Amino acid sequence: MEEWIVKPIVVLGSGLAGYTAVREFRKLNADAPVTLISRDSGDFYSKPMLSNAFAQRKDAVSLIQTPALKMAEQLNISMLAHTEINVIDRSGKQLDTSSGILEYDKLVLALGADPIRISLQGNAADAVISVNDLTDYARLREALEGANSISIMGGGLIGCEFANDLATAGYEVTVIDPGTYPLASLIPELAGKQLLQPLAQLGVTWRFGTSVQSIDLASKGYALTLTDRSVVKADIVMSAVGLRPRIQLAREAGLEVNRGIVINDQLCTNDNSIFALGDCAELDGKVLPFVLPIMHAGRTLARILNNQAAQLIFPAMPIVVKTVAHPIAVLPVPRDLAGEWRVMASGTGIKMGFFDAQDRIKGFVLTGEYAGERNAMTKMLDTQ
Amino acid sequence: MKVWQCVVCGFIYDEAVGLPAEGIKPGTAWADIPDDWACPDCGVAKADFEMVEV
Repeated sequence: MEEWIVKPIVVLGSGLAGYTAVREFRKLNADAPVTLISRDSGDFYSKPMLSNAFAQRKDAVSLIQTPALKMAEQLNISMLAHTEINVIDRSGKQLDTSSGILEYDKLVLALGADPIRISLQGNAADAVISVNDLTDYARLREALEGANSISIMGGGLIGCEFANDLATAGYEVTVIDPGTYPLASLIPELAGKQLLQPLAQLGVTWRFGTSVQSIDLASKGYALTLTDRSVVKADIVMSAVGLRPRIQLAREAGLEVNRGIVINDQLCTNDNSIFALGDCAELDGKVLPFVLPIMHAGRTLARILNNQAAQLIFPAMPIVVKTVAHPIAVLPVPRDLAGEWRVMASGTGIKMGFFDAQDRIKGFVLTGEYAGERNAMTKMLDTQ
Repeated sequence: MKVWQCVVCGFIYDEAVGLPAEGIKPGTAWADIPDDWACPDCGVAKADFEMVEV
C-alpha cells in the first residue's frame, strides 16, 4: 500500500523545459507520480515557431501541437493548468498554489523568462507588445489585422526573425537598435552585416545607433520619437530586447539566485530536492535560453530524478537564426576566450571561424549559402 | 513527396529536397531516414519524436 503515499515529482512550467524533463523521465520511469503545474493552459506548442509562423499563415490555435489534456494522458501525469504558485515551503516540502496545497518529493523549476521591458515616455508607452508565449502571439495576430507597419525594438535573434517573417507577409517593418549591426550579441560585425541587404530587399528599414525614447498616439497608429530626435510612424510597436529569467519565486524561497536560478551540473539548486532547467536556470554564470541546451538538460535531469548517475555536460550547440531570407547558424564563443574571428569563405553570405591561440577552431558563424554547413562544422570542432 | 515538421522546434524536412548537407539525398522518404538521425535544429532524435506532416 506504500505507493499510495508516495509524493509526486512536481514540475512548475509547461514550456519546452518542463515538458522535455517529464517526457524524458517517463522514458526511464513509467510509474512514479508526476504533477505538472502551469500558469497558462498547458497546451504544448513550439516556441521557436512564434517568430516564423506568420508567413506560414499560422494562427495561435494552429500552433498548438498537443492540447494539455492529451499531454497529460500521453505522459501519464496530473496536470494543474491556470495555477499560480504563491509560496514554495521548502521545510514542509509543499507548495501553496491558487489550486490548493500540494506536497512534493522533488520539485523542478521550469519557469521560463520574462521579456525585458524598457521604460519609455509618451502617452502610448504601454502599447508595446512583446511576444514570449502563445497568448502574446494571439495578441500580435489580432493587432496585425488592419495594420500596415510595425516597428521592432531590438535587432537581436527574435527581432530579426520577426522582421523577416512580417516583412515577408507584406508589412512595413522598421528595426530600431542602439548598436551598429544586427545580432550583435551573437556574431561579429562582418557576419551580422550580411543580414542588412537581404532583409532590406524584403522591405525592412534598419535604424541603428538610436533607440525609442517615447511613444505617442498619432492620427493612425503611433509616433515613435527616437533618441536622435527623428520620428517613426508605426501601427504596432514590438519590443524584442531580451529575456530576464524568472527568479522571484526561487528568491523568495531562499534559493540561490543570480541572473538565473543557480544550479550545479546535477541541475540541483542549493536545496537538494529542488532542480531547475531552461530559461530560468543559470549554470557556471551562464543562462542558455535555446532549444538544444534545454533538450540536453531535460535528458540529464530525467536520469537524476530517476536516481541514476548523470552530469550535465553540454556539447557544441549551434544556434540557428531562422531569418529565411538569409539564414544564419552560429556557435557562439565565450566572451573571455582569447582568439580571433577569421573569414573562411565568402559569397552569398559569409563563413567565419573563431580560432584560439593554438589555431583550433572554437566557434563559427555561417550565413546565407554557408548556413547548411552547420553540422559539418560542428563535427569538425569535435574531431580536432 | 511529403513535408514534415519537428514538433519541438519547427524544423522543416522536405522529402523532395532532402538534406544534402547531411548526406540525405533529395527524394528520401521520412520513413527511410535512420532512427539515430536527430533534428539538426533541436537535437531531438527521430526515435524519440515523430515529425508531424504539414
